[in-house]
Amino acid sequence: MSLLDVQGLGISFGGLRAVNNVSFSAKAGEIVSVIGPNGAGKTTLFNMISGVYLPGEGKVMLDGRDITAKRPDRLANLGLTRTFQNLQIFQEMTVLENVIAGFHLQERGALVADLLSLPASKKRAAEAKKGAEELLARVGLQKAAERQAGNLSYGALKRLEIARALAVSPRVLLLDEPAAGCNAVETEEIDRLIAELAQSGIAILLVEHDMKMVMRISNHIVVLDHGEKIAEGNPETVSRNKAVIAAYLGTEEEAADADG
Amino acid sequence: MSAHSKWIQIAIVAALVAVLPFFFPSGYYYRVGALIFVNALSVIGLVILIGYAGQISLGHAGFAGIGAYSTALAPEYLGLHPALSAVLGAVISAGVAALIGRPILKLKGYYLAVATLGFGILVSLVLTNERQLTGGPDGMAVPELGLRDLLRDMGWRLSGGEFWYGVSGIVLVIGVWIALNLAMSPTGRAMRALHGSEVAARTVGIDVARVKLQAFIISAVYASVAGSLLALQNGFITPDVAGFMHSIEMVSMAVLGGVGSILGAMLGAAILTLLPQVLTVFAEYEQLVLGAIMISVMIFLPRGLLPSIAAKLKGRDE
Repeated sequence: MSLLDVQGLGISFGGLRAVNNVSFSAKAGEIVSVIGPNGAGKTTLFNMISGVYLPGEGKVMLDGRDITAKRPDRLANLGLTRTFQNLQIFQEMTVLENVIAGFHLQERGALVADLLSLPASKKRAAEAKKGAEELLARVGLQKAAERQAGNLSYGALKRLEIARALAVSPRVLLLDEPAAGCNAVETEEIDRLIAELAQSGIAILLVEHDMKMVMRISNHIVVLDHGEKIAEGNPETVSRNKAVIAAYLGTEEEAADADG
Repeated sequence: MSAHSKWIQIAIVAALVAVLPFFFPSGYYYRVGALIFVNALSVIGLVILIGYAGQISLGHAGFAGIGAYSTALAPEYLGLHPALSAVLGAVISAGVAALIGRPILKLKGYYLAVATLGFGILVSLVLTNERQLTGGPDGMAVPELGLRDLLRDMGWRLSGGEFWYGVSGIVLVIGVWIALNLAMSPTGRAMRALHGSEVAARTVGIDVARVKLQAFIISAVYASVAGSLLALQNGFITPDVAGFMHSIEMVSMAVLGGVGSILGAMLGAAILTLLPQVLTVFAEYEQLVLGAIMISVMIFLPRGLLPSIAAKLKGRDE
């Protein structure tokens, strides 16, 4: 049975049909990639699934439960979280604190205990800190723990964002271009990390422009063009699909039009 | 910030409160000191709201007004002890903050600034116009706390200035302790997280509206307690305490000293409380010099006095 079920999602901005009737599903431990040319609606689709945008129509089901248009913080509580294409880091915090903040759902408690620094509050914070240290080690950032997050390299911040998302203990993780702007070595690290996460049973939803990476690690690929799903399947089928090739390279007719 | 640095900061404040009187040339300085502590207290509240949670308020004098008038009105109409009246004022402020915070904290940036500004003006208008209750612009008397008499009976004679210096100092140290506890706690972390990125804060499960409201309520209680202390030590109160200028003064103190830092905010409170006293030598140019100083600080030390100076001393971080 699929863990995440996207059914006929669509949204318009003014007169523009950004995403139209897109459906697909993801099982636990599966890596599903959403690809398509720039402006195909990939990030918009992610924003609807993750509760950032209210979908115009369609449904999102998590483990058989309707989670359409729920607030992102509620979705985090239900086990769905995401990272961002343009980094969303808590810049003024240390690297470690960024990940501790990711444990918010576990470490939150009575406000009075926090104001008076009661043992209960300290205990919650200490547990979150321990969990955060483990996650930093997992993404290879343990040495940078005490540095201010804003000072890290781009590739390191990408991994920090993943570590923070993992602090939520997600069942479904949406990664929006996790390897964008990373060099070959960093891309390989992220590549390996994503595969590990999937192996641990998390359903991964991936938007990525690095086609080599997508073809290498995806179990299933959904191709969008102009907001529509034009193909889906395993990497091999998709890479041979005519509509997909046309969307990426243009058809001969279009080329002729452009010349004429 | 570590637990280590928390106790250092508390120790600095406590030591200052205890040691400063040895340098006072006259009893008058106890009054000035107490005023600085009271201002610092309300500014610490703003550090929680602005510095931690990244929300602005140009109406916090409204809560100071509620706190101040509670200590004047509750003893007269409800027969409450002034100390309990201050507590009642804090509870009312928290309630009002919860009520108005819910809708207006949905606003961002200058929209939020204008909405809070409106709230402050509203409170100050009510206090000015409800003449039969508040005495209007003429203000009203605030009863004695009674604690000083109690101390005298126990053989500890204190002047009014000394007494209120002590009380304000103790309340300030408690206020610093609570604010620093909050900073390192899960709730404080959530506040600073949403300050950094609201959208990211949401994805880790932070209920942004709720956490913003908590910051707003806590800062309102700080302002209210400061207002009560001000009323009690002056023995008299006018609607100016809730006025627009007082709100602006509070935000200026916070920003001047460094809105991310508790000690910085206190420094800002001290400077802006003292400067007008010092600048009286410039007579009619007082406001001009004050304005020039503030503009210069903001241009040359944009993060506020203490954080900018601390950064310069430390050198560039990595």
